[in-house]
Amino acid sequence: MPDAAIKPELDGVDRRLIVATQAGLPRVSRPYDTLALELGIAPDDVLARLQRMLDSGVIRRIGAVPNHYAIGYTANGMSVWDVDDSRIDELGVQVGALPFVTHCYRRPRRLPDWPYNLFAMVHSQNRAEVAARVAEIAVLLGDACRGHDILYSTAILKKTGLRITG
Amino acid sequence: MRDALVETSALDDIDRKLINALQGDFPLVREPYRQVAETLGLDEAELLRRLDAMLERRVLTRFGPMFQIERAGGAFVLAAMRVPDVDFERVAAQVNAFAEVAHNYRREHALNMWFVLATATPQGIPEAIAAIEAATGLPVFAFPKEREYFVEMKLHA
Repeated sequence: MPDAAIKPELDGVDRRLIVATQAGLPRVSRPYDTLALELGIAPDDVLARLQRMLDSGVIRRIGAVPNHYAIGYTANGMSVWDVDDSRIDELGVQVGALPFVTHCYRRPRRLPDWPYNLFAMVHSQNRAEVAARVAEIAVLLGDACRGHDILYSTAILKKTGLRITG
Repeated sequence: MRDALVETSALDDIDRKLINALQGDFPLVREPYRQVAETLGLDEAELLRRLDAMLERRVLTRFGPMFQIERAGGAFVLAAMRVPDVDFERVAAQVNAFAEVAHNYRREHALNMWFVLATATPQGIPEAIAAIEAATGLPVFAFPKEREYFVEMKLHA
């Protein structure tokens, strides 16, 4: 992972490149040439700028984003946990390292509506399997956890990704 | 509203191989599709045809760079709302109409609508939240990320 403390320098062309690619890469034989033409720069410059943004973490990766339902992950559980603040960072890293956890974050509680401060996404073929994996997380958290819940998704209402205007 | 469930049996082995390969690092070379196609024993035209078809059918929701917009001065925030069932479709349409809403899921909980806001600047987040609250008449709970312990962007097809 690139160091979070490094603030990458982005110029106006980089920002235009972000706006030009946020909906996706052109699906033509030479997609970076198409972008180069659109931005009025050389194809090698497009490649170099994308590489710099990958190196600095502005781009996590370049590739396909599957609809997880469509590839068989029909049970998508957002497991949420009320974890002792003094232990959450140590335990959050361990939960994130479990092979079936795809995203793991610490977020603020919203009391009294929402007591949970650890979020761990678990994708699976069915809810029984999600529940079994969530039980593993519960064992890992032990008495540092005061309560948890699983929020299953029942519909994707929107999934377009980032759309900034530059 | 888009249906949650997509027919999985419509994917053949080559589609699955392609999804798995394309979640890896897409090459930064002049003819990247041809390079990926060659590693899979496909020709470029076939790969592009399948990629287009999977995007068209929404098996893939996007193909391109995934930005960590915080690193470019922007912000991502997870947010949730408690939407009465009778108003759900109306509110979903209102929320989805905001370009700042990158994705939105219905979930089984009192807080039943969960969406991610993505804005070019951090100030864009409270502005978007205020606008969504005004449009829907419902409070928005914001859950900004305080620490990221792990993110895996790949799912095996």
